[in-house]
Amino acid sequence: MPFQPVILWTDALIFLLLALVIAFILIARRREHLRAPWREVMRSKMAMGCLVVLLAYFTLGLLDSLHFRPALPSADASNGRVDYSTEVLSVLDLAAAPLRSRVEKTYSAPFAAYSYARETVTRLDGTQVREFPRLQFGGAHLQDPAAERGRDILLRSLRALLVGGIIWLLSGALLVALLARRANTPFRLMLANIMRGRTAIPWHVMLYTSGAMMLLAAWCVALSGAYHILGTGKVGQDVFYEAIKSIRTGLVIGTLTTLVTLPFAMLGVLAGYFRGWVDDVVQYVYTTLNSIPDVLLIAAAILMLQVYMANHPDQFDTIALRADVRLLFLCLILGITSWTGLARLLRGETLKLREMDYVQAAVALGAGHAAIIRRHLIPNVMHIVLITMVLSFSGLVLAEAVLSYVGVGVDPSTMSWGNMINSARLEMAREPMVWWLLLAAFVFMFTLVLAANLFSDKVRDAFDPRLRKL
Amino acid sequence: MKFRLHFVLCLCAALAGGCGERPWNNPYPAADDAQNILYSSFEQRPKHLDPAQSYVENEYALIAQIYEPPLQYHYLKRPYTLIPLTAAHMPKAVYLDRDNRPLPGNAAPERIAYSVYDITIRPGIRYQPHPAFAQDASGAYLYHALSAAQLGDIRTLADFPQQGARELVAADYVYQIKRLAHPGLHSPIFGLMSEYIVGLKQYGELLSRAAKEPGNRPYLDLDRYPLEGVTALDRYTYRIKLHGKYPQLLYWLAMPFFAPVPHEADRFYSQPGLIEKNITLDWYPAGTGPYMLTENNPSQRMVLERNPSFHGETYPEEGEPGDRERGLLDDAGKPLPFIDKVVYSLEKESIPYWNKFLQGYYDASGISSDSFDQAVRVTTQGDATVSEAMQEKGIRLLTSIGADISYIGFNMLDPVVGGLSERARKLRQAISIAVDYEEFISIFLNGRGIPAQGIIPPGIFGYVEGEAGVNPHVYDWVNGRPQRKAIETARRLLAEAGYPDGRDARTGKPLLLHFDTALRGPDDKAYLDWLRKQFQKLDLQLDIRNTDFNRFQEKMLKGSAQIWQWGWNADYPDPENFMFLLYGPNAKAVKNGENAANYDNPEFNKLFERMKNMDNGPERQAIIHQMMDIARRDAPLLWGLHRKKFGLYHAWYKNAKPNEMANNELKYVRIDAELRSRKRAEWNQPVLTPLFIIGALLLAGLLPAVLRYLRKERSPAP
Amino acid sequence: MIAYIIRRTLYAIPILIGVNLLTFVLFFVVNSPDDIARAHLGVKHVTQDAIEKWKAERGYDKPLIINERAAGVEKITGTIFFEKSLALFAFEFGRSDDGRSIGQEISTRMWPSLAIAVPTLIIGIGVAVSFALLLAFFRGSYIDLWGVVICIIMMSVSGLFYIIGGQYLVGKLWHLVPISGYDVGVHGFKFIVLPVVIGVIGGLGAGIRLYRTFFLEELGKDYVRTARAKGLSESRVLFTHVLKNAMIPILTGVVVILPTLFMGSLILESFFGIPGLGSYTIDAIQAQDFAVVRAMVFLGSVLYILGLLLTDISYTLVDPRVRLA
Repeated sequence: MPFQPVILWTDALIFLLLALVIAFILIARRREHLRAPWREVMRSKMAMGCLVVLLAYFTLGLLDSLHFRPALPSADASNGRVDYSTEVLSVLDLAAAPLRSRVEKTYSAPFAAYSYARETVTRLDGTQVREFPRLQFGGAHLQDPAAERGRDILLRSLRALLVGGIIWLLSGALLVALLARRANTPFRLMLANIMRGRTAIPWHVMLYTSGAMMLLAAWCVALSGAYHILGTGKVGQDVFYEAIKSIRTGLVIGTLTTLVTLPFAMLGVLAGYFRGWVDDVVQYVYTTLNSIPDVLLIAAAILMLQVYMANHPDQFDTIALRADVRLLFLCLILGITSWTGLARLLRGETLKLREMDYVQAAVALGAGHAAIIRRHLIPNVMHIVLITMVLSFSGLVLAEAVLSYVGVGVDPSTMSWGNMINSARLEMAREPMVWWLLLAAFVFMFTLVLAANLFSDKVRDAFDPRLRKL
Repeated sequence: MKFRLHFVLCLCAALAGGCGERPWNNPYPAADDAQNILYSSFEQRPKHLDPAQSYVENEYALIAQIYEPPLQYHYLKRPYTLIPLTAAHMPKAVYLDRDNRPLPGNAAPERIAYSVYDITIRPGIRYQPHPAFAQDASGAYLYHALSAAQLGDIRTLADFPQQGARELVAADYVYQIKRLAHPGLHSPIFGLMSEYIVGLKQYGELLSRAAKEPGNRPYLDLDRYPLEGVTALDRYTYRIKLHGKYPQLLYWLAMPFFAPVPHEADRFYSQPGLIEKNITLDWYPAGTGPYMLTENNPSQRMVLERNPSFHGETYPEEGEPGDRERGLLDDAGKPLPFIDKVVYSLEKESIPYWNKFLQGYYDASGISSDSFDQAVRVTTQGDATVSEAMQEKGIRLLTSIGADISYIGFNMLDPVVGGLSERARKLRQAISIAVDYEEFISIFLNGRGIPAQGIIPPGIFGYVEGEAGVNPHVYDWVNGRPQRKAIETARRLLAEAGYPDGRDARTGKPLLLHFDTALRGPDDKAYLDWLRKQFQKLDLQLDIRNTDFNRFQEKMLKGSAQIWQWGWNADYPDPENFMFLLYGPNAKAVKNGENAANYDNPEFNKLFERMKNMDNGPERQAIIHQMMDIARRDAPLLWGLHRKKFGLYHAWYKNAKPNEMANNELKYVRIDAELRSRKRAEWNQPVLTPLFIIGALLLAGLLPAVLRYLRKERSPAP
Repeated sequence: MIAYIIRRTLYAIPILIGVNLLTFVLFFVVNSPDDIARAHLGVKHVTQDAIEKWKAERGYDKPLIINERAAGVEKITGTIFFEKSLALFAFEFGRSDDGRSIGQEISTRMWPSLAIAVPTLIIGIGVAVSFALLLAFFRGSYIDLWGVVICIIMMSVSGLFYIIGGQYLVGKLWHLVPISGYDVGVHGFKFIVLPVVIGVIGGLGAGIRLYRTFFLEELGKDYVRTARAKGLSESRVLFTHVLKNAMIPILTGVVVILPTLFMGSLILESFFGIPGLGSYTIDAIQAQDFAVVRAMVFLGSVLYILGLLLTDISYTLVDPRVRLA
């Protein structure tokens, strides 16, 4: 086999989460009281536009979660044994292989053909000069960058936009055709309805948003082949690649945090269901945890993990595994600091639910506690978990950056926006300033958080009907 | 709206209030502007200011101005030369045999059982005013038995109303040497010194026992316990007796470890009520030097002020060739110190520091690699000068080569990379070639470093320039300069070591090496990425194991790290202080010594023992050369680099000359405060336009709301 | 009332014991006495022997939780846990790795933290309430819609960008205030302006949005309808009735965080070189000075619990309908 699949802890959890969300959607479709608020979300133009952006991010994140180890070229082919590299790659790395491998020596600005920093170069005649050397890859195809670069970029952009536009038209047409078939209307009528915004779900907004995304993506792909479109970092790594790779980290922290604390949050269900001393104990635990300042608790936990890893190096034999465990642990500990809110919500909801007729009926029929909790309570509180996940998502992505600054964030070898900002911050004093690292982190992070915030705003409105119609 | 506008006006008025043309962003009080003050910073709070404990550069920057050991380095002369400071003249060693009979000066080292140094200090030197010396009319100390009432409103040392002073005597030096053995102080050089100073080891044990006696708490009076090897002969002379020959003692005598500490201060500071309030000798020094610490608030600022009872010293009259042309002898013969006050502000981040330096609020600065191109231009000859922008501001650049080395080492106890077998040696040699320090220096240090050819840095005896000093296992000599061997050579060595293409020839498994480090910051990531790239050139996988610094140290002590990075700063300019980093019996994992690589080559060890106490000369040079040949072949370290230090100084900063050994340079520095005030005003005119633009934008943003409000109010309520 | 306060204070004790135990376990798992000794002793020439001596000197050579070798009460009291951790209850914080008294340090560093945090809080609430009222007044209109969108945009920018941008523009390019530093008295004003402004702007988006929902909630209540029916103008209704009633949740929300203001702002303080408790904590985390971190954790928990208590009391004060149960 040319590769060996690797499933990291966070990968497994991401796919578990995906499965849970799909399961939830299937359940929610059948229950009107769950379906109504979501339907409202789906009717919002803003929310659906944001959803497209979020989906784009999630797709990249998922691609980056399919990990494997490539096989090494066999030293001697006779014994047929294959060795695998110790380096763990993802499908995204494979797609972005050129970006990953085309590493310059040090900083260069976006679209630059020359290095950012002067370098001492020894001329053929033995004299030394300090000049800006040409980049090894960025703009390397140009003979005379000063004269050709503008034209080259323009031509490539136009070509990319054309290709992107065609892809968008084709995929858009496919979507409309599908919708038309489902609604049993002619294609042209469906198209007209969509374009005039006469459909229940604002498909036209989604089409435009995805159009914009596709054009942008095509442009990025085309130009990043020839230039470093967001420049390069201190050791010459492509910043665009780094920003893309950071997506997964952001998403993992934003989503898995809620998921991994689910078992703890379920204590809230138990507290609400059993009441009495169980309730007291659970409340005691969460008040205690809550009263420790978050950053300090996280710092302590992360330091502890590092010590554990340092003492057991054999259990964590690859960099990828270590970074992954730290990421997971960060999710866990972040979850524990934010868990109390969810637990409190679940407890309240359970208190309400256990008085419901069908639960009381089940109790009367002599169903066991476990069965009642599993069959009647948990499925009915799952939507709270999902809403919490949506609402806390953006805050968690932002928290990652701050924690990296404090030094207790993700592993320094993990690419993340927090790490990018943190290292870029040190470059602010340079003259001319190295601004592209900050810009890249800002744009990528801001887009994701803004989309998530706007989306969650609509979700909140939909689930909190008191404030809706004022 | 009126309110907000009013607020902005208030703000402007308050900012500009009473300072006229004075820049708004001046972080110092207006009253200090024209004063003869030097502005500097500290990044971290110093941990120890007690001369028996302090051993870090940032602490020395303070206490070397306050405490005066008997000797000092000449400020201008190179190579570094020791001259007397409080001593009347340079002490000379007298050698004794086993029966304490004197030997001639050229006696063979084996015959020398003891060496004796008699140090005479100049009379009339006085301590800074300090409450520990304050006496009442009857001569009793005022503050040596503080009552709760007296302690009541004391918060810092300056809160004591009375101060006293007295003359420096030889017994104070003896007292301090005894303090090195104090069980409560944990002096970092106690272990080392107890091997040399006669009776110091036993003295430490004696004090440990004595400290447990109830009468010796809280104050352990060291005067009651004599130390065999260190005695005061008279009021101004004391004697140090050492085992064997140890000429390096003179260098130690120029470090604060051997500065005087008055027993009054020790007794004063050992009162529990003061310790409670953080008033300790570790925090408020009491010395004889040109400056005294008058404000010590390490979370904000520390202030040194001129010591009014300083004994006086004059600016050196001679220097090395060229110093006169550079203006360094303009002040020759003038009384020191020049500056009245030194203000150190806490500055944890490099960016604010750099920006404030450019704005004129700090007087001198190093250069981070980030601001290098902004500050420095390298000429076609390869010389560095300041860039035009800096030149316009009158900023000068001074460079020096550090007496240090930072290297990557292999743990010689490790089964894969360690040991003296041919296989491991070739692996190490291959890696030595692959890790391209020239590139490292260019990327991370902007050329501010020289790749090390061995362990001795330039400027220290034993360093050889040119072809003869090149490491032949890593470099070829091409066209009059060293050139790193091609990567193919490394790959060949690697294959010979049994790892063709980075894979173990026996098992076919890729070779995975571990780099242990405590580097975890964002800037370190780039470095670690780079390092991984270097190993990948040989298809070797480098696994970075980050831990915290404690864990890293523990690993080093246990000898369980594989590849790691470490550095060494010279204590004194002698090759022994570098060569001992490779001396077998000094191994870190075995003896907790400073030989972090645990390198142990018997041949090398034997030569080291011969070399260490020799006087500098061709014979010593030959042995050092032999030792380096052995070490270079074994390659226990990637020799790494010696740093070039670049310092920027504003035009008003006079008499700057980098000195790698001396730390007491502040007394030589002069400041032109008037020029500084003028330049600051010139560089820092506030830019107000953006504020008005932002204000206007805000107003414009509110306009629709106002319009709508007016419309709504006019229409009837719903 | 007093009985209630006493009872609530008693409730806090088991929580604090829990916090104490948790931090003890966390920190001594991470940071063995050997590590503490090494941190004190420095880098050069450190031997295991010196470490052992140091531990004996400072009482770190005792067992962690139970002293098997001792007899009687000593079994419990002769341990590191008893000596170093339970002492926190008496607010004896011990000494940091550099040998300084932590209690002393906290009492001096508290003031710079407050100098930043209090103005940030007050101005922040003032500005946020004004804008929230504005949005509530124009609810449903495009001003409201875009106002909320702007709030969300402001919330989506990482706080780090506000700080980096502010420092760069205001301090470096415009020369308006010193880039970093701190001083006491009138002279210290110029150091505080920028951190406070950035602190206010950073919290503005979330603040406005939250307060807007408070106002909208009040607007939906019956008394508003009655007031309108009596012919009061919309602005009168909003500024007198709604504002007054909405201040209850706003202020009680503030009361919770009042005590924690002492802890300062971690990031802001360390960026601007303000010698408060926030930068103290960050430094301690980065230097792994666990004695300090432990003290700050404990202090933080005490203050948080104090905040909860104050909230409950303030509820009863502003709203007599809430009875203390």
